[in-house]
Amino acid sequence: MRRAMALLAVAAGFALACSGRGSSAADSSSARRGSVSAAASEPASYALGRTPEPQEIAAWDLDVNPDGVGLPSGRATAVEGASVYAAKCVICHGAKGEGVAPNPPIVGRDPRAGFAFGRDPALVKTVGNYWPFATTVYDYVRRAMPQDKPGSLTPNELYAVTAWILAENGIIARDFVVDSLSLPKIKMPARDRFVRDDRLTTPSFK
Amino acid sequence: MAGKQDDRSLTRRELLVSTATALSAATLLPTEGDQAALGTPPQEPVIPADPTKVPGPPTSASSPRSPFVQMARTPTGATAGSSLAPIHLMNGTVTPSDLHFERHHAGVAMIDPARYKLMLHGLVDKPLVFTLDELKAFPSVTRVYFLECSGNGRAAYTAPKPDLTPQLIDGLLGNAEWTGVPVRTVLREVGVHSAASWALAEGGDAALLSRSIPLEKLMDDSLFVYAMNGEPLRPASGYPVRLLNPGWEGNTCVKWLRRLELISQPNMSRDETSKYTDPLPNDTARQFSFVMDAKSTITYPTYPVQLTRRGWVEIRGLAWSGRGRIAAVDVSTDGGRTWTAAKLQEPVLDKALVRFTHSFEWNGERTTIVSRAVDATGYVQPTLAEYRQVRGSGTNYHYNHLRAWTVEADGRVVYEASV
Repeated sequence: MRRAMALLAVAAGFALACSGRGSSAADSSSARRGSVSAAASEPASYALGRTPEPQEIAAWDLDVNPDGVGLPSGRATAVEGASVYAAKCVICHGAKGEGVAPNPPIVGRDPRAGFAFGRDPALVKTVGNYWPFATTVYDYVRRAMPQDKPGSLTPNELYAVTAWILAENGIIARDFVVDSLSLPKIKMPARDRFVRDDRLTTPSFK
Repeated sequence: MAGKQDDRSLTRRELLVSTATALSAATLLPTEGDQAALGTPPQEPVIPADPTKVPGPPTSASSPRSPFVQMARTPTGATAGSSLAPIHLMNGTVTPSDLHFERHHAGVAMIDPARYKLMLHGLVDKPLVFTLDELKAFPSVTRVYFLECSGNGRAAYTAPKPDLTPQLIDGLLGNAEWTGVPVRTVLREVGVHSAASWALAEGGDAALLSRSIPLEKLMDDSLFVYAMNGEPLRPASGYPVRLLNPGWEGNTCVKWLRRLELISQPNMSRDETSKYTDPLPNDTARQFSFVMDAKSTITYPTYPVQLTRRGWVEIRGLAWSGRGRIAAVDVSTDGGRTWTAAKLQEPVLDKALVRFTHSFEWNGERTTIVSRAVDATGYVQPTLAEYRQVRGSGTNYHYNHLRAWTVEADGRVVYEASV
């Protein structure tokens, strides 16, 4: 009966370690000619891909995190924000941010007390009563708004619109200067309502 | 013998449809909802009175459906939105690629593969950019997984009606064979820093949709997928590359993926704060509810089917769990009082749709049929009452309560929102 031979082979650039041993499957069929090693293990690297240029990374790495990392230089208050909003946002979101169906409202602080969204399907979520982080406003508007021309707003316009939205929602004053340092410090009313998913701790329904 | 046949004149011939053959026990009542679901009207069909006497069309580059088969999603016509798959008309577990549900936030991105690149950067030893060909050069794996939108089922929970089909209730659900490269294989190339615990996955669509994904999942079974059911991803499903996190909500499976940035804390993007968070009745909102929990739905008989005679009927449906394998599907034909184990069609795969069947003898009386999924962890699909009590009437996602269907005495089957 033939047995599979254990082989050690080194291919260009890779080290292949095979730990073959006798295989009874090979014994059972003389059609499986030649010696058969066990499957090769992974090479150290597949040598695919190239290093991106710094400007390639910079062109895409524009997200903003809750600490404000990623916020560019720029500044604005809700006063400037009113004109940017009127020019770019009113058509879909309404003069007071009340929403123009089917586009959602972005202004509204009711319910003032509690956080009854889970109990009451009639409650409407807005930036002011539901969003837990102010930096998300900048991040989202930058990447996706206005919907027909996403990514077209400048940093100052983004700070301006963000300031307007926060001020209309009663979270900052109209003359509050929103910039890369002040924005991450703003604590949204709903911030402490968000809890991490714990369903996987049990097979019971949660 | 037929004379010279002009292929073109064949396709323009007036159709003669042979009289309908005897149908089985069920008939379909066309409804407005169904008409809307049909989308564009079919091309003029060419059906000779006797197909044995007339040669048919020649071979073609790709096969259309029979003009007698009407299967379509429900497009909304808006830039952002979803289209629901006709799951109640499907057999087995494979979702045809052209009928897989859609969900996007700024339209279907149309991407030139020659210009496509996937960037991995952030907390890594060496950032890398890959072309599509390079991603395809990596060792590939092929797996079958379900994909479900986290909002699937919202219509039935918030506005239940008797004339809801499984498409309208749970149409944001698909199951496919996915081919790609494990994310961990590619992460190994860049060298992930120990400080990294998350990654921002960002799509190259007009929404630049971004989600923070725990590194642990990416190192587990997440895939960079480039093929679906044997062919490259369709644009609506994320061509040329999407992320697939098996068992997790569809929104995290970022389509048109353009970069993965290794980070040390979640980014708190709009789609993991404003959206895809679940308000609960204790005045909190659950965040990062990634796993799609066990769920099942009967797909036949459901609205708009009408049973036309008493006797044996095979109840059919689908079950799935993001926690792993389906262990059992129980079916009740008495409104949830008693249950029987349904047959599961092999193979029962991890985090994939399972087809279940159960034959029952309908006695012509009004009754309610229900299915209940149980997964390998022991998780049991909750009743509607339990769901509402635990999650609240205002909750937003993960609607995995039981789906029940009432068979009326005249055989019409309607959605039942009480079990």
